[in-house]
Amino acid sequence: MTLEMFATVALNGLTVAALYFIVAIGFSLIFGLMRTVNMAHGTLFLVGAYAGVAVFYPLYDQGFSYAWIVALAAGIAGAAVFGVLLQVTLLGWMQGQELRQTLVTIGISIIAADQLLAIFGGNSQQFFPPDALFGSVSVPLVQTGHYSTFRLFQIAVAAAVGVGLWLILHKTKLGIIVRAGVDDRAMLSACGVNVALVSVLVFAIGAALAGLAGVVGGTAQPFGQEKDVQFLLTSLVVVIVGGMGSLPGTALGALLVGMAEQFGQSLFPTYSVMFTLLLMVIVLAIRPQGLLGKRLT
Amino acid sequence: MTIKPNRRQVLQGAAAVAGTAVFAPAIHANPAPIKLGTLASLEGPLAINGQDAYRVVELLLEEANYTAGGRKIEWIRESSNAKPDVALARTRKLVEQDGSDIVLGPLSGAEGIAVRDYSRTVPTKTFINGSSASQDNTLRNSSENYFRFSTDGTQWTAGLGEYAKNTLKIDEVTVVASDYAFPYSQVFGFSLEYTRAGGKLNYLWTPFGTSDYTSLIAQIPKSSGALYVVYGGSDGLAFLTQYAQAGGSLPLLGGTLLADQTLFAARGPHRKVLEGTVSAGPIGDYYENDVWKDFLARYTKRWSKDIGQQTPGTLAFAYSVNLQATLLALKAVDGDLSNDQAAFREALKKLEFKNYIDAHVKLDHNRQAISDNFLNKVEVRDGRLQTVVFKKIPSVNQTLGFPEDKYIALGAPSRNNPGNVQI
Repeated sequence: MTLEMFATVALNGLTVAALYFIVAIGFSLIFGLMRTVNMAHGTLFLVGAYAGVAVFYPLYDQGFSYAWIVALAAGIAGAAVFGVLLQVTLLGWMQGQELRQTLVTIGISIIAADQLLAIFGGNSQQFFPPDALFGSVSVPLVQTGHYSTFRLFQIAVAAAVGVGLWLILHKTKLGIIVRAGVDDRAMLSACGVNVALVSVLVFAIGAALAGLAGVVGGTAQPFGQEKDVQFLLTSLVVVIVGGMGSLPGTALGALLVGMAEQFGQSLFPTYSVMFTLLLMVIVLAIRPQGLLGKRLT
Repeated sequence: MTIKPNRRQVLQGAAAVAGTAVFAPAIHANPAPIKLGTLASLEGPLAINGQDAYRVVELLLEEANYTAGGRKIEWIRESSNAKPDVALARTRKLVEQDGSDIVLGPLSGAEGIAVRDYSRTVPTKTFINGSSASQDNTLRNSSENYFRFSTDGTQWTAGLGEYAKNTLKIDEVTVVASDYAFPYSQVFGFSLEYTRAGGKLNYLWTPFGTSDYTSLIAQIPKSSGALYVVYGGSDGLAFLTQYAQAGGSLPLLGGTLLADQTLFAARGPHRKVLEGTVSAGPIGDYYENDVWKDFLARYTKRWSKDIGQQTPGTLAFAYSVNLQATLLALKAVDGDLSNDQAAFREALKKLEFKNYIDAHVKLDHNRQAISDNFLNKVEVRDGRLQTVVFKKIPSVNQTLGFPEDKYIALGAPSRNNPGNVQI
């Protein structure tokens, strides 16, 4: 493998990892606080993407250059609203019953996928970024000397999400409550905190991040049927590798999965899927709680 | 103990007597309806093709007024998700619970193998393919009651390899393809022809459902003169979008499902690289032929209020051929399905007809169609991208004209057996 090829593939891995991080961090956050294995997380990704599409094309067709920004906002809002509804109407009152929540969220994801198919059809769709992010910029070392601007922008978004979440978790009162909830829910409730309300808020943030990923991801690569399952699986692998409920763990997990996928695709295209799962198997064998995860009690 | 019928039972009894009296003569002249069970994918990655297929089926059944050979047809539609286990379960449901006489389907390659294997266990029913196009549905281990009047994925490539080498003068082609049965069939056919013509091939395979192709694109050898792209649906859109964004400029040869309305309808940079793509398949959108134009006009008239000016795709067309054959054979035997459908099957085997793109269709000894194939080029016609037919390859058989024993000896197509050999 030449240096040029190595640099290109590494950058591909990094940009894909950035997307995986944005999707998986919401999943990890929801699990961290509520121990809810939200099997509808991929659905939140799709809901965000389709909510974005619903406003994007009418604006884009009229030539509005800010269509993408509006789509981004709609995607985040759409997924957040869907997430809140899910938590308030269904998951909230079955708190602590993991198996029940898992089955309910699987059911929701199947129903939602069919509804999205009925409303938006089965054709793949994609967003077009604003002119400033379209095209490519000059990057040394990589093949052809140019690299897609939008994929680099993905890294910036992921970094912003990571730093923002870290600040919220470590520098705000909400963050203190969330972290306390991760360690001991019952004690937090006994201290007078309305845990149910915090749960809804965290679910909204987690879902909003999935919606953000829906629009950003839907700009980098087309989306449609089955992407919900694909991104759910990726989220699961990322948080299993990195450690459930851990912010740095999710970042590390996303990086490893992205690199494994891209280098796998480049070196052994046929077996690239196996690399990602192999990574998970190895981590589960030697460190079942994930690389940076805490042992669950 | 006396039985006191209640009001509802009395009414039901009265209705039953009245029903018998009114409808008895009609039943005598018109025996019970033929149950036609159909299977297509309305879920999963090929849902869009399944919808298209059912539009064609509905159109043709309506045109036949839901009758064939003097008998009513009762249509039972089922859906799968392009996975063989689900296709098998739904086919069993059609046969064992709904009591279908004839099953039309399924849609995708691996599903077809599953349904063919099941067909052996119910020899009294007849199975007619939908659009499943993997070669082995009929070529190896064929089943006596499984018929395919549509051509398969390998037949769909006929003419492309030779055109690439002899007319376009391309000496080296890199194949990029999804790693499953249908692309294997297509790559195999293309490779056999292209190798025979003296071309050199490289292969890059990716898992079905891959959405990031950037590192694969970086691997394309610089010596390639063209790409043979065997992706469909969202995989095709993702690959072409990223290939365009990476500044790719090689001429494209398309697998049958690449140059498809699905991709033409989507907006984006992929359209730029798609234009000019040469592909091969059983139909082309734009073809100067009255039979075909009439069929498209009927389809558009029936469905334009739902889907605009979109025309049927390759898979929907395959359903049309198979349903056309079913109706023709039912007519030939006057709807007689007695004696375990023996006469009906004989009629199917003997059929020779022109399908809706005016291609001649007949069956070989494996109950597999021998029919025409078309070379297309993606061009703008009537203000939108379409595949435009520029050449017809007549009477393509399942072994692409190679001797059958030698062809079978090559083994089933796979990523390790892609067909780059001389026969």
